[in-house]
Amino acid sequence: MEDKAAAGKRSMRALLTKLFVFPVLMFGFGYLMVPLYDIFCDLTGLNGKTGAISSAQASQMQVDTSRQIKIEFTSSINQQGNWEFRPAEPTMLVHPGKPYTTEFIAVNKRNEAVISQSVPSVTPNKAAAHFDKTECFCFTEQKFDALEERKMPVTFVVGTAVPKDVDRITLSYTLFTKEPG
Amino acid sequence: MNAQAVDHADHDDHHHGPAKGWMRWLTTTNHKDIGTLYLWFSLAMFFVGGAMALVIRAELFQPGLQLVAPGFFNQMTTMHALVMIFLALMPAFVGLANWLLPMMIGAPDMALPRMNNWSFWILPFASAMLLATLFVDGGAPAGGWTMYPPLVLQTGAAFPMLIFAVHLLGISSIMGSINIIATIMNMRAPGMTYMKMPLFVWTWFITAYLLIATMPVLAGAVTMLLTDKYFATSFFSAAGGGDPVMFQHIFWFFGHPEVYILILPAFGIVSQIIPTFARKPLFGYSSMVYATASIAFLSFIVWAHHMFTVGLPVEAELFFMFATMLIAVPTGVKVFNWVSTMWQGAMTFETPMLFAIGFVIMFTIGGFSGLMLALTPVDFQYHDTYFVVAHFHYVLVPGAIFSVMAAAYYWIPKWTGNMYDEKLGRFHFWMSTIFVNILFFPQHFVGLAGMPRRIPDYAVQFADFNAISTIGAFGFGLSQLLFAYIMIKTAIGGKKATSEVWEGAEGLEWTLSSPPPYHSFSTQPIIK
Ligand code: HEM
Ligand SMILES: [Cu+2]
Repeated sequence: MEDKAAAGKRSMRALLTKLFVFPVLMFGFGYLMVPLYDIFCDLTGLNGKTGAISSAQASQMQVDTSRQIKIEFTSSINQQGNWEFRPAEPTMLVHPGKPYTTEFIAVNKRNEAVISQSVPSVTPNKAAAHFDKTECFCFTEQKFDALEERKMPVTFVVGTAVPKDVDRITLSYTLFTKEPG
Repeated sequence: MNAQAVDHADHDDHHHGPAKGWMRWLTTTNHKDIGTLYLWFSLAMFFVGGAMALVIRAELFQPGLQLVAPGFFNQMTTMHALVMIFLALMPAFVGLANWLLPMMIGAPDMALPRMNNWSFWILPFASAMLLATLFVDGGAPAGGWTMYPPLVLQTGAAFPMLIFAVHLLGISSIMGSINIIATIMNMRAPGMTYMKMPLFVWTWFITAYLLIATMPVLAGAVTMLLTDKYFATSFFSAAGGGDPVMFQHIFWFFGHPEVYILILPAFGIVSQIIPTFARKPLFGYSSMVYATASIAFLSFIVWAHHMFTVGLPVEAELFFMFATMLIAVPTGVKVFNWVSTMWQGAMTFETPMLFAIGFVIMFTIGGFSGLMLALTPVDFQYHDTYFVVAHFHYVLVPGAIFSVMAAAYYWIPKWTGNMYDEKLGRFHFWMSTIFVNILFFPQHFVGLAGMPRRIPDYAVQFADFNAISTIGAFGFGLSQLLFAYIMIKTAIGGKKATSEVWEGAEGLEWTLSSPPPYHSFSTQPIIK
């Protein structure tokens, strides 16, 4: 009789341990979803996440002169006012496998220095995984002096494996004001 | 549910009865006392949330802005949802679990009585914190109960209070769930195998697992919001490399199972009540158990049906569409079983049965509108319109809330030893049913015609249906005063109930006296 009660107590303790540990693990799982989604988006090109490769890798690519793809550039500003932000040229024709450089122009219209961060996105999603930037003003925060105007370069290459039916890719940037610099 | 329980326990001199005075309620570890506390608390919050709903409906009575400022209107929609979900409905179900589970499985009390006390008493403090946001700088949260960033990050001083209230409510329900699981697994009477458990026990067993799996994820999501706002993390801030859509994924990973947390115990209640008044055993007991388990499992893989319009790839849209529609299968099994139970039964229509039948019919209407919303292409039109509002109110009001009321009428004679007033109960049912349909049915039409949700003003062509809806809302709200009156009256006194209460009722709780002794089964019954 005593033994049975003791055994019952022990199994209860084991159950409770499991029941308390489980929610703690699930709390961690909530956080784990953040990197999991990132990996998922990287693998699938979802969410317009672009890749980054070194310029050495890019220059080794075979240029596919048989295809021409139109790249469209768009820009938007996350917080209203105080900025001017636009692509230097609206579109560009490119061959897969060949690196190209273009510029975006940003003007800080405030009377004080400010730090910006631009976030890129590429559509269609199936092209995003093949769109690689070797150099980009979006890789780091950009500091602007009061009323400064600046041209910011981006160098990119469209991979030769980009699906055949893609003849047009849009690269968009959203400019965020991080904080007064 | 009242002092009757005290008297009775005092007669039992080999048992210690409850402490005297108000300290009894603060320090109690008794499952019946705690169940009672949960239920009264829930009823009070039902009226708080209801008052907020009436502010919303009063403003929407006519197009244009009449009564409240738009900002306050948004606070009302947000707070109404949070109060109804976390402070009214969930505590009601936990209260029912506390009262009923030990009696149904032949146990003397819950497995962890002291933790039970904590689970309850956290609740008033969390609620006070949440409700206090109405009085702080910037007002209550107004970005919707779903707390989407970046909008929610604009909340003023209420923001950290909202987050901590959610944390506390989460802790309370996780502790409550752990207690429920431990009770069911370890305290069943000898011979009560899992497949002999009453369905209310089964559905709560599964609900408790859903709770401990998803409440921590919600806690994580709101903690990320908190650190995004105050500690410069950027989980959801695009400028820092995060993504606001990520919040929606995490939130709905909690949110969809949460809606089943709000309905599975209701399924259990209805499955207890219908056989009693149809005087037939439940049709398809084991299929009910498996259907409940499959619904719980599927609820984890359908969350993105709340996000069809965020720009998912077409493969994901298809997956979530089909997975969502798959849930209709086990749900249909349940509805089929309830109807088959009633089929050729010797039915009578006492108040609990009326509410249960009302549940089956009106919950099914909500299920059908859910199926329409599950169709990705049409959801692009319906999303964030009053059609969604109509959908979830059908499943939650004449669904979940009706089940709680059915349960209250069904078991209150057991809890208090007094019969409620049957005539008034039926009157309450008919008033509620008529008005709830006047309230929510027209919302389908304005939703299909494009009226957006969570907006204090609307185009004039929606005026007639909105006026009707508001009339229904006030009618429904007033009818609930009747419910409170009936419950209080029964708690105080009334015609004495027998132990069995209902002629066709089966289950261990009916073998106890009405009201039951302070400690339910001190010697466990043997189930054959
Ligand atoms: C047959 C089963 C069901 C299906 C197929 C279904 C489907 C859906 C879909 C697709 C939506 C998203 C609509 C949109 O925002 O565009 C939705 C919203 C919702 N459903 Fe259901 N549903 C079902 C049952 C339930 C049940 C049982 C409950 C709760 C008891 C529920 C509560 C909700 C709530 C609260 C929302 C709105 C959440 C919000 O945006 O605030 N649903 N449902
Ligand atoms: Cu859902």
